[in-house]
Amino acid sequence: MVERVSAAFVPLVDCAVLVAARELGFAKAEGIELELVKEPSWASLRDHLNLGYVDCAHALGPLPIASTLGVGQVHAEQIVPFVLSRGGTAITVSTRLADEMRAAVPGRALDTPAEAGGALAAALRARSAPATLGMVFPFSSHNFDLRYWLASCGVHPDRDVRLVAIPPPLMVESLRAGHVDGFCVGEPWNSVAAAAGLGEIVATKSQLFPHSVEKVLSVRAPLEGRLDQLGPLLRALAAAAEWCDEPVNRPELAARLSRTEYLGTPAEIVEAALGGLLLGVARSRAGADFLRFHGGAANVPQPEDALWIYAQMVRWGQLARSAAARATVLRVFRSDLLERCVGSSAAQPARPLVAFDGIAFDGRDVDGYLARFDIQTRFVAPGSDA
Amino acid sequence: MTMTQRPLRILLIDANAVRAAILEEGLREAGTEQGGDYGDLAVHHIRDDAKLLPRIAEIDPDVILIDLENPSRDTLEQMFQVSRLARRPIAMFVDKSDSATVQAAIDAGVSAYIVDGLRKERVKSILDVTISRFHAFDRLQTELSQAKFALEERKVVDQAKAILMKQRNLSEEDAYVLLRRTAMNQNRKIADLARSLVAAAALLEPGSRDG
Repeated sequence: MVERVSAAFVPLVDCAVLVAARELGFAKAEGIELELVKEPSWASLRDHLNLGYVDCAHALGPLPIASTLGVGQVHAEQIVPFVLSRGGTAITVSTRLADEMRAAVPGRALDTPAEAGGALAAALRARSAPATLGMVFPFSSHNFDLRYWLASCGVHPDRDVRLVAIPPPLMVESLRAGHVDGFCVGEPWNSVAAAAGLGEIVATKSQLFPHSVEKVLSVRAPLEGRLDQLGPLLRALAAAAEWCDEPVNRPELAARLSRTEYLGTPAEIVEAALGGLLLGVARSRAGADFLRFHGGAANVPQPEDALWIYAQMVRWGQLARSAAARATVLRVFRSDLLERCVGSSAAQPARPLVAFDGIAFDGRDVDGYLARFDIQTRFVAPGSDA
Repeated sequence: MTMTQRPLRILLIDANAVRAAILEEGLREAGTEQGGDYGDLAVHHIRDDAKLLPRIAEIDPDVILIDLENPSRDTLEQMFQVSRLARRPIAMFVDKSDSATVQAAIDAGVSAYIVDGLRKERVKSILDVTISRFHAFDRLQTELSQAKFALEERKVVDQAKAILMKQRNLSEEDAYVLLRRTAMNQNRKIADLARSLVAAAALLEPGSRDG
């Protein structure tokens, strides 16, 4: 019997595993008819998932955590049984801002996140009005990566710049219209902006936080009684993820992803992004590990991944630190389900999460980790005066 | 002015002026008809262009209504998250206490942001009106597109008739009879057959060939 499973997605290169599962028969091999539903925004995706219009979703890592905690949205419990991608996003600045950065630090090559960040800080100080930078959602690694990078270079993300959320497909248009001076977004949208001569890519997630979690599969909690359905889906996704990671499959994957029902962007841009070959970014900079779908136990949602997100939410005032919140966050990212359903691969220790500035994340000591940062934003409970 | 005395402020964010007008009218009607709690509604409408947050802060709405699929929702939610507005609105979905209304809202493509503390029955009455007006707008659009489609069909049938009249030297009535009979024999719609006929005639017309 064929089981119908629907998944919501936002058009991005990192929805590749879902597209491959549907298009290349990995879902069918597990008896699943996988239906993909394109969403115009993360808010819309979340609402459709929470209300059962779709069975699961291609979600920003922090979204199911915020949803389960009831932060910034109505409380709705989610579970993450699978990581769909690691890396795959980048920071782009307008060509004008890139020129200002070069002028601010003459003669320096802006080829590391620290160098580029220093130049950005100098360029922003020389401006009379604060710059506006786009990211995709308050609960996204884009928001957290961008904030971390800015703060590490001495720019306070809540005081020295203005951050706005813009859905990924509208990012390039916002840059063209001058609504933003730069952005942090998933591929292919950085490459599309660079190819159009509108912006320059200055840092990638793979440089800022190597092999950090990006998109996850989010399903509604509780799972009781649905494990029979989840098992085949996870097996299909694991097989699809392995296929997506093979360089030899990139041309075919790019051709499928570039179709209008998915991304609607040129296949050559998608293929380059899959291989980490970003326009204007030397291969050594983006690294071979720009975007990972499967290798290195990439698909296992690790407790460290969840705690890192918790730490960022606390650092930027989205959440008050508490033992209860910490425990909840650990319940959302389930490292056991993939092993239970797929059998093999899962049990590998998580690699330490070290940022580009050398600061390592330690989930056992979030307070100690946060104490290292001068730039933070205090949590203010909604409705209270402050 | 205390919160209980001031009118309930509803902000509608919609780039579609027609739908906004239909909804605004519905909410005003509901406000005047029901009296009492609902008699005191203030409806504001803005387009979803720049300067959203200052406008929202200025209006200080109790309820914000916006098309579920409007991409500006992500921008809106981020603004609520970082703003230090005392009354921070939150997306109302997945309120399990009234899943029927929520389900109906999603079906109609309505999303709502509600500030904390607003009574459920007030929210429900506003949502009910919004849902019915969104549906009314959809019907209007369907009717409009059907009317447009019917007009287009009539035009192409007229063109096909003209071609037959000229080439087969038929009267208008005979041309139509021939069209209808052929369509019936081929199990096609008259308009579809007419479209093929017009397209074929254009191909065969002298001067239309390439080279």
